[in-house]
Amino acid sequence: MKKERYEMRFCGSGGQGVITAAVIFAEAAGVYGDYYVCQTQSYGPQSRGGTSMAEVVISPHEIDYPKVVNMDCLLAMNQTALDSFFSDFSPKGLLVVDSTFVGQTPTSSSISLPFTEVARELGKEIVANIVALGAVGQLCGKLPIADLEKAVLARVPEKFRDLNREALFAGVDLVKDVNVEGLNHTPSLDDIYGLSD
Amino acid sequence: MVEQASKVRHDFLRHDMNFPHVWCPGCGLGIVLGSLIRATASLNIPQDELVLASGIGCTGRMPAYVDFNTLHTTHGRALTFSTGIKLANPSLTVMTVMGDGDATAIGGNHFIHAARRNLNITAIIVNNMIYGMTGGQYSPTTPYGAKASTAQYGHIEHSFSIAELAITAGASYVARGTVHHVPQLDALIKGGIQKRGFAVIEIMSNCHTYYGRQNGLGDPVAYQKHFKDHAVTVNKAEKMSPEEMDGKFSIGVLADIDKPAYVDEYQHIRDMACKKTTEQGETKGGECAKERLDEM
Amino acid sequence: MTKPVTDTEQKYLLQGNEAIVEGALAAGCRFYAGYPITPSSEIAELMSVKLPTVGGTFIQMEDEIASMGAIVGASLAGVKSLTATSGPGFSLMQENLGYASMTEVPIVVVNVMRGGPSTGLPTSPAQADVMQARWGTHGDHAIIVLAVSSVADSYEITIQAFNLAEKYRTPVILLSDEIVGHTREAITLPPNKDIPIFNRIKPSVPPEWYLPYEDNSRGVPPMADIGSGYRHHVTGLMHDAKGFPNFSPEVAGGFLKRQYRKLANGADEIQMTKQFMMDDAEIAIITYGAVSRSAIRAVRMAREQGIKAGFLQLVTLWPFPKKAVDAVCRKCRAVLVPEMNMGQMVREVRAVNQTATLKQLNRFDGKFITPQILFRKLMSL
Repeated sequence: MKKERYEMRFCGSGGQGVITAAVIFAEAAGVYGDYYVCQTQSYGPQSRGGTSMAEVVISPHEIDYPKVVNMDCLLAMNQTALDSFFSDFSPKGLLVVDSTFVGQTPTSSSISLPFTEVARELGKEIVANIVALGAVGQLCGKLPIADLEKAVLARVPEKFRDLNREALFAGVDLVKDVNVEGLNHTPSLDDIYGLSD
Repeated sequence: MVEQASKVRHDFLRHDMNFPHVWCPGCGLGIVLGSLIRATASLNIPQDELVLASGIGCTGRMPAYVDFNTLHTTHGRALTFSTGIKLANPSLTVMTVMGDGDATAIGGNHFIHAARRNLNITAIIVNNMIYGMTGGQYSPTTPYGAKASTAQYGHIEHSFSIAELAITAGASYVARGTVHHVPQLDALIKGGIQKRGFAVIEIMSNCHTYYGRQNGLGDPVAYQKHFKDHAVTVNKAEKMSPEEMDGKFSIGVLADIDKPAYVDEYQHIRDMACKKTTEQGETKGGECAKERLDEM
Repeated sequence: MTKPVTDTEQKYLLQGNEAIVEGALAAGCRFYAGYPITPSSEIAELMSVKLPTVGGTFIQMEDEIASMGAIVGASLAGVKSLTATSGPGFSLMQENLGYASMTEVPIVVVNVMRGGPSTGLPTSPAQADVMQARWGTHGDHAIIVLAVSSVADSYEITIQAFNLAEKYRTPVILLSDEIVGHTREAITLPPNKDIPIFNRIKPSVPPEWYLPYEDNSRGVPPMADIGSGYRHHVTGLMHDAKGFPNFSPEVAGGFLKRQYRKLANGADEIQMTKQFMMDDAEIAIITYGAVSRSAIRAVRMAREQGIKAGFLQLVTLWPFPKKAVDAVCRKCRAVLVPEMNMGQMVREVRAVNQTATLKQLNRFDGKFITPQILFRKLMSL
């Protein structure tokens, strides 16, 4: 099967802005770009504290099933969220975590970056999600950063635009030297035992 | 004079196919209907612009007899339908008739919220202290100790004062009348229709058939006399002690205040929303159509 | 034709609930009354922002009973009206839904379904109200029920819902669910294709000749707005052509027959379905709403394995699209009916064709039926 769908999950604690980040990514892909997108989220008390999760599926073709089946990219902003939402992760997937709040990753081929620390340096911890968005946007290589920028600026109030733009590009810069292709991916069961998972 | 009154009746009643009416001989509802017709006729509002809605019960049957735009809706819900009609076309004069059970038991929530909203609707509540159509069961206005077909050992609940409830809930105009004091009743209903805001007219009426027969007032004439003896004008009532008022009730205009009516307030919302949308230069949903606004 | 609210073509990322609002406004809806309830509240929130900008009116009522009363009143006064709710509120709406049916008032009621019974699972999806949508209010009555499966659907089918309500003078229920309601998808508005807008037919006779419930060849009497000069009586009691209470057997029987006949007359237009890979299908899935998304995926997966699978999506649930369902049952050696309930529409499928090999697949734990589950079941047929 030709891999056309690209499935992402963003998770963190309520208030870390993962749903906003997912909505912005979806907007960049579907409104400013030419992708079909489906964006869903865990809905309910989680959005008022606790663990929060949002998914984005993008595809050049109409999307049938709107949720993640075989996750190509997981962004985790804290440890609890990572532990809760790691299932469905594709062995060839891209795992990006905020090293400020994540100590242990379930796979050695993850990318660990200090999104929240970078945000604090920018002056507002609240833009950690946008820093992460810049990093993930750059790493996944699915859409031009310019589209992501447009989507970010369209979402935030006038007086916070500069800060958010700065945050986005801080995230992009953070991963400039990361070689995604060179990551040592976790072998699948198929690779080791000849089993399909 | 008599000729003129009968012409009004002729014009306002659907006399061709809906009579005889369903009410018992001597029922106060006919008097209420007469008052309603005289009050509306005196205001010279075209019949096409008059709406009369009702719920369920004996009072609920009233709209079918008048040649207005009429609705006979579900039990207790008449005010919700009136709300939709008034908001959809604020140029209409919307009246709602309800019984005591209809307005304050099953429809109690709608009643207090309509009063709170202060929508420009006239609520006429005919209070006969009983469920007449279903055979004399107790209602929220059945007095403590009275008999009803579901309170054959005497009623142990305490009753509502509909007018006081309306005042507390925020109605702009609240009045009480009886089916004995008819010229006053005409004036009270007229005052309610003229009020720009939620108006409530509580009308003490006789159900001699069910309330009366179970409580020593089985004769409609005796019942009328009962109203004559127990009603006290508002001015007089103010000077009387609670002991003197025991068993009696006040009639007249009990509250008349001015506060913004809902349709006027909503017009401000529309203006604000249009301004905001225009400022943002948003194209989606930004037509700011003024379709029905001019009529308000 | 009413001009759509959106006049410049643009792409938006919208939730299903938001697309319902856009669809309703495009259809000419100018009145909304509702009561907050998860997972439908976005519809009320967006309506409260948008309606005043187009000369419309939004009101939050004291409960769902009142909301239904208000939209029926507004529609009687000539304004296209909408309310939206979820299970518990839908239960409260049944009373005045019956009134709308008895008095033949066009309204659209959205139910964004969640898990039940009672307060149930407020933030989890379900499809367990499909029988309530048909039979929730007491007494025999005619009703149209549609189901949406995507954001694009939510826009288009909402317009269809208003069109059918206006054309057939009937309440229309639009079933969405927590998944469709909260999924965001990119949508171009207004869409590239023309969706005609239909408005109720008004009387052409002078007021003194007007009979608000008179039968005609379509079974749909013209409808006069309250306040337009055609004074008439509207009652929830059984009534004659003039609208006045009448309990004679001829009137009562004739009334219900006409209600059923008017929808039967329009069956071809009302009973909407969509087909996917059905041309050479040997096994098929029949379902509706959000599960359609999994069904398409499962059919694709089966086709990759060389299995000739197909899918019939029911857009109209009631009146039940018998012809389309029967054709699929006759054609395929086995039919699978997956639903997020304990098996409601499968009974209708069985009633249509008793000889087909019919399998059901039910999930009622607040979770979505995934393509994998469907695929495994398909492979076992």
